[in-house]
Amino acid sequence: MSEVMISMSKIEKTYKLGDNIVHALDHIDLTIEEGAFVSIVGPSGSGKSTLMNMMGCLDKPDAGEYTLGGSHIDRLKDRDLAEIRNRKIGFIFQNFNLLGKLTAVENVEMPLLYRGVKAKIRRTRALECLKLVGLEDRATHLPNQLSGGQQQRVAIARALAGEPQILLADEPTGALDSKTSEDIMKLLTTLNNSGRTIVLITHDLNVARKAKRTVSIRDGRLQEGEHI
Amino acid sequence: MNLFTSIKMAARNIQGNKMRSFLTMLGIIIGVSSVIALLAIGQGSSKSVADSVNSLGTNLITVNITNTDTHFTMDNLKEVKQATGVKSVAPVLSGRSTLRNGSTTSQVSVTGTTSSYLSIRQLTVKQGRFVSSLDNKFRQKVVVLGSDLATTLFENESPIDKKVLIDGESYLVVGVLNSKGGSMGSSSDDAAFLPFSTAQRLIGTTYITQFYAQAESQDSVNWAMAGISRVLSQTYSDSDDYSVVNQQDVMEAMSSVSSTMTMLLAGIAGISLLVGGIGIMNIMLVSVTERTREIGIRKAIGAKRKDIMLQFLIEAAVLSMLGGLCGVGIGVLAAKIYALAVGGTIVYSLPIMAAAFLFSAVVGIVFGVFPAYKASKLNPIEALRME
Repeated sequence: MSEVMISMSKIEKTYKLGDNIVHALDHIDLTIEEGAFVSIVGPSGSGKSTLMNMMGCLDKPDAGEYTLGGSHIDRLKDRDLAEIRNRKIGFIFQNFNLLGKLTAVENVEMPLLYRGVKAKIRRTRALECLKLVGLEDRATHLPNQLSGGQQQRVAIARALAGEPQILLADEPTGALDSKTSEDIMKLLTTLNNSGRTIVLITHDLNVARKAKRTVSIRDGRLQEGEHI
Repeated sequence: MNLFTSIKMAARNIQGNKMRSFLTMLGIIIGVSSVIALLAIGQGSSKSVADSVNSLGTNLITVNITNTDTHFTMDNLKEVKQATGVKSVAPVLSGRSTLRNGSTTSQVSVTGTTSSYLSIRQLTVKQGRFVSSLDNKFRQKVVVLGSDLATTLFENESPIDKKVLIDGESYLVVGVLNSKGGSMGSSSDDAAFLPFSTAQRLIGTTYITQFYAQAESQDSVNWAMAGISRVLSQTYSDSDDYSVVNQQDVMEAMSSVSSTMTMLLAGIAGISLLVGGIGIMNIMLVSVTERTREIGIRKAIGAKRKDIMLQFLIEAAVLSMLGGLCGVGIGVLAAKIYALAVGGTIVYSLPIMAAAFLFSAVVGIVFGVFPAYKASKLNPIEALRME
């Protein structure tokens, strides 16, 4: 039995939309082990983005307990959450979210920059990560000089650079064509096979099936398996 | 994240938006350069006034007698010389006369005085000698010429032992003075000096309306002034009948005028610096809105509020300091151009340059705080959702 990476119990989150109270997350219980490859599927508005933000420590739950790699997230302050995001989580976004004015390698360096790592070590580590995603020859290109697939791979390299305990991918193939999507999914599978914990959020079942375990979410409630 | 990396990042952002950055800096550039140029010119003119006043000697006391009913004579002057702290005195009898050598004529001021005038006014003789006490005693018709006047009348010839006509009467030139430069309208370079007794006859006045006194040292100027006033009060009951002024008083009056002007100009320039700061704040606020998404990404990756705050603050500071630096350069250049074009004196003051530069940096930081605070407060989830 491997160690527990993510443990959520009775997580609740409500929003006020005018007079309506929306239960974005309704008593979520979820446990993810180290080395797992979990996909979370659900239609839009199902609460999967809120769940993702919660896991990524961008948002705090209204109630419930959340432990990530042994730290109690629900009790931490903003600056500690930033620290957790920096050290424990690697984000991969649908629209890549690279900084347009920085080159590929500078983008990859960024998590290390905020950790205060020295420039030389930063550069070496960033180039290693670019090599891992097969883009070492594109290090000095700006994001707009790269194709969508390449940009997403730079984003994955950036997520890997900080050596996080978990990779959070929010619709990583949403903005890519099917051929490139497949490449990205292969890359994620390879990364998982080398021991990295990956949580993937998508509405695309074909993508979700590449993961070892699928969880579906609907109206803020979780269910094991595909239920769409 | 360390400071150096932050500064490098800020420099890149500024470089990436050259035109906008330049326009933002313009306010600061104009502010700093006008502070520096105006103060350089203002201080230069105060200095040139101070120099010309000082060149008369700081021990100099000028006494004017305005009462024309009770005449002040050489006997009174001898009493003044006995006063404590007074080293020497020289009467001044001035008028304007026409000097003539052959066909060359010149209308100049003529001063009748005694031999002590030379040292009191700190003049020096180039050729020949100054008027002596013997000249005075025997009412000799001799004249000493200022350097410009000598050149006007005699060109390259030596005027010594030549004759000049003053108002039609013949005088022997016994000396020529060294050039001293002008001071407030009365230049000793373009004047003629006669023995006091000779001048009394020429000008047709027997009494003294003005005399110079020299204090023994700079420290005894006030003593000497008090002594002179005491002597004068024995002759004149009303203190409005005479005035006793030292060079310090003259200088203070002059410099208070010019320093008021300087402060006024600097104040206006300072206001333009403030306006420049508001310009920076404006652009930084726009920049925060434009870069909301970037801020979201940075926060998601692990930037703390402090990091974001610092990034925008440093950008504002770098922008204003760069503007300040350009302003110092342009200000120095502008003052130089003024000096070349108008020929005035300018004084660069390093403390003022440093202060203007530092002020621009402070303006950048102060006006950068609000936008930086706004940026650091952004919610990463909402910031990431922005397109």
